[in-house]
Order: sequence, then structure tokens, then C-alpha cells
Amino acid sequence: MLTALQHKHLLGIADLSPEEIVLVLDTAEAMKEVGQRTIKKVPTLRGRTVINLFFEPSTRTRTSFEIAEKRLSADTLNVAIASSSVVKGETLVDTAMNLEAMAPSMIVLRHASSGACHLLSRICKAAIVNAGDGMHEHPTQALLDAFTIRERKGRLAGLKVAIVGDLLHSRVLRSNVLLLTKLGADVWVCAPSTLIPPGLKQMGVTVTTRVDEAVAGADVIMMLRIQLERMQGAYFPSQREYFTTFGMTEARVARAKPDCIIMHPGPINRGVEIASEVADGTQSVILDQVANGVAVRMAVLYLLAGGGDGDTTRAD
Amino acid sequence: MPVVMDAERISRALTRIAHEILEHNRGLSNLALVGVRSRGVPIAHRLAHDILQITKEEIQVGALDITLYRDDLMGASVGITPLVRKTEIPFSIDGRTIVLVDDVLYTGRTTRAALDALTDFGRPTSIQLVVLVDRGHRELPIKADYVGKNVPTSRTESVQVHLRELDGVDEVLLQGKE
Repeated sequence: MLTALQHKHLLGIADLSPEEIVLVLDTAEAMKEVGQRTIKKVPTLRGRTVINLFFEPSTRTRTSFEIAEKRLSADTLNVAIASSSVVKGETLVDTAMNLEAMAPSMIVLRHASSGACHLLSRICKAAIVNAGDGMHEHPTQALLDAFTIRERKGRLAGLKVAIVGDLLHSRVLRSNVLLLTKLGADVWVCAPSTLIPPGLKQMGVTVTTRVDEAVAGADVIMMLRIQLERMQGAYFPSQREYFTTFGMTEARVARAKPDCIIMHPGPINRGVEIASEVADGTQSVILDQVANGVAVRMAVLYLLAGGGDGDTTRAD
Repeated sequence: MPVVMDAERISRALTRIAHEILEHNRGLSNLALVGVRSRGVPIAHRLAHDILQITKEEIQVGALDITLYRDDLMGASVGITPLVRKTEIPFSIDGRTIVLVDDVLYTGRTTRAALDALTDFGRPTSIQLVVLVDRGHRELPIKADYVGKNVPTSRTESVQVHLRELDGVDEVLLQGKE
């Protein structure tokens, strides 16, 4: 049985085998139990330093990583762009090399440029964890989504997963499509044609511009945020029109399976991609996703701390 | 490969330990069993079954995974991330007598980790230790309260416990004198 990741870094889902993904999800189950204890802390990463280097705003992901690190007893520190030398014009590589000189075990990086994590992984000795790079990948989000689906549905293979929203700018989409197809889900993606990136079909998903078709009989509806901050052109006439045509309303959810779950990586734009009744409804697992994020990130940090293949023997 | 214990000896040893636990604690009020994953768990369940046969009373059983408490995880042996499994202790251990159950007692490091893990769950009145096999070579001041069998070994040997529930067969083997 596979007991360790075959990688030093977590740069993307693209690098992971299905077995490695399952290993992360299984490990996360054990980590979830730690979060349910009175004392939510284990000594596993004692003496390790983890730097959270966030070049983009983030509430959920950064808080989630920080809680995960603290629950594993790692020493954590956050470098926020606003108060760092980045505002003085320091480059990413220089920033990383200076942090590296202080010998952290891991660097959790979020950056607006796709490939930033790959760049650091080539120059840093520390393990790099991708917390979202540009429009490329957001692997821990896909892992926590998969964990949440598996928790609710017991499996991923054979499920119809409809992903609706801003496909073009979404690193969450890319990571999720890679993960879900690796584990055998039937993935449908839906957006206005202006927000569909080229090459999606080649990733093994069904692409449609008709939301009713995407959600029909779905086990999982995954909404993606309309990323207004990344949009420099006119991708759709108005937010109201987008909501009318693609917004997830109760009427649209009714076309999916009765036990369909509604997911969203957050932050949600109420009344743009999702109706409040749906986001707050009984089928919504949006807050479960957030809770599971901590367990999944603990699993990733733990598995990367070992840094390679190993055996499970213990000296009794 | 020498068989140190067969199915019958294992069964008799556990029945004896069940009696010893009851004798030592004067019954099972306030007692709970916690098995150390992986092979401590089926042993704990068997003890619970034996105790049920003797007293007609159920005793609670929990499962403890000590991986996150190991002292060799992040040290010299970098490159090892043992599989973490779920800890399941569905009851409060505060103010109770916890009987910790493991298959083999060797260096004592697993027991040390288990004690640390248990104290994160609460404050038991006391903790007692059951092992199926004590093979010696302690590296920490730890001693079992109930022992299935003392097996003198050398450090180059290894003791393999196989249990029906996980391995399909009940036996304890002494392996590999080099």
C-alpha cells in the first residue's frame, strides 16, 4: 500500500497519481478527528517552521493553512505583501531566497502568477505547497472538495459533477477537473462561451453553455466565483444577466438529483453566481468545505514533511 | 520460523489477562479498554469479549493511533511518513481507569507516544498496560501490568504478531536471527 507521497512539493494535482490522492484523503480523515478533540493539537511537526507567503488576498486559505500548521505544532509565520519588502520592489525569487536563508521546512505560496510555485520549487530547499498560483492550480482546494464529496457520497467514481461559473480564470476548476477525472467522476463544466478556456474538452470533461443540461441528474453542483478582479474585458453584459442565465437558483437545483450537494470554494457572490437560498440551503456543503480544508491541509503538510517514500514499520 | 504462540495459547493468555484485569481492579466499574493501532485494537476487542463472558457486562473499547505522536518522525529518519489512521475513543477518559492494549512491548517508545496521545484526550485516574508479548530491550522506564508471554529476544530478531482479524491467522512468530 502507498504510504507516502512521491513528491517533495505539492505544486498541483497534475503531478499526483490517483493512489496519492486517495492517500491524502485517507490521511485527512485521521486529521479531521484531531480537529474534533478538546485539545486540537498533536506534536507531529514540532520544531518545523512553515512560512505562509501570500501575494494575493485570502481569508479562507491562509487561515486554514495556519490553523492546520498550528494543530500539527509547527512554528508558523505569515508574510503579508502589504507589510513586506515586496512593496519596495523585491522580486519573488529574492524574497524566497531570503526567507530560505532562515531555513524554513516548508513555504506555502499564493501568487497571482501561474507557475510561481514551480519557480520556487527549483530554487528552494524547503518544500513548496501551492496555495493557488494565478490561473494554474489550487491543489488543496481540489483535495478538500474531493474529501467533502467523498464524505457525503462515499465515493467519487461514477458521480456526475457539474461545475458552473467562471471557468476561464479559475485555478480551482483546473485542479478539480484534474482530480475528479483521475478518480473517475463524470465531470460537466458550464459557462458562457466567453468564459470557457480552450482545451477543456481535452481534459476529459463535457463542456456545455446550457446550465440546465449540466445540472440535470447531477450528484454534485460545484459553483465557481465570477472573478471580477481578473476580468479586464466584457465577458457578459451584466451581473444580473449572468445570474438570470447561469446563476444557481432553487429551480435549477431541482433538476439535479434530490440528494445533490452544492459546493462553492468561496468567497461567494450572492445573486451573481448563486442565489442566497441555495448557498444557505440544506443541500449546501459550503461551510463543510471550509471545515474540511483544515484536515486536508494537515494531511498535506504531514505527508510532505516526510519528503518522499518510506515504510511504516515502527519499533514497538 | 519458530512459532512462539499459536491460536490456542493466544486465546488462553487473553482469557487469563481478562481475569487479571478484573481481579486487579476489583470488577470493571470505571474501566475502559483502548487498543493501540493496528494490532492492539483487535486484542482489546477480544479482551472485551472475554470480560463480557466472565461478568456479563460490556466494557467500552477505543482505538488509538499514535503515529502523530511518534518521536522518530521528524528526526534522523527523514523520508518516513507512516500511514496515519483514525483515533476513535467515543467516550470520555476523564476520571477513569484506562487499560491500554498493544501487541508487542519492545523499546517502550510506542507506549510513551500512546501515553502522550491519551493525555490529550483527558485525565484518566490511572493507565494500565496490556501486551500480548514482552520481548525486552526497553529504552524507556516503561513496564507492562499484564503480559501474555515474555519472549526473550535479541535485538536482531523481530517478533511478528498475526491476528485473525487482520492477517487471517492467530500466531506469534520470532523471526530472523542473523
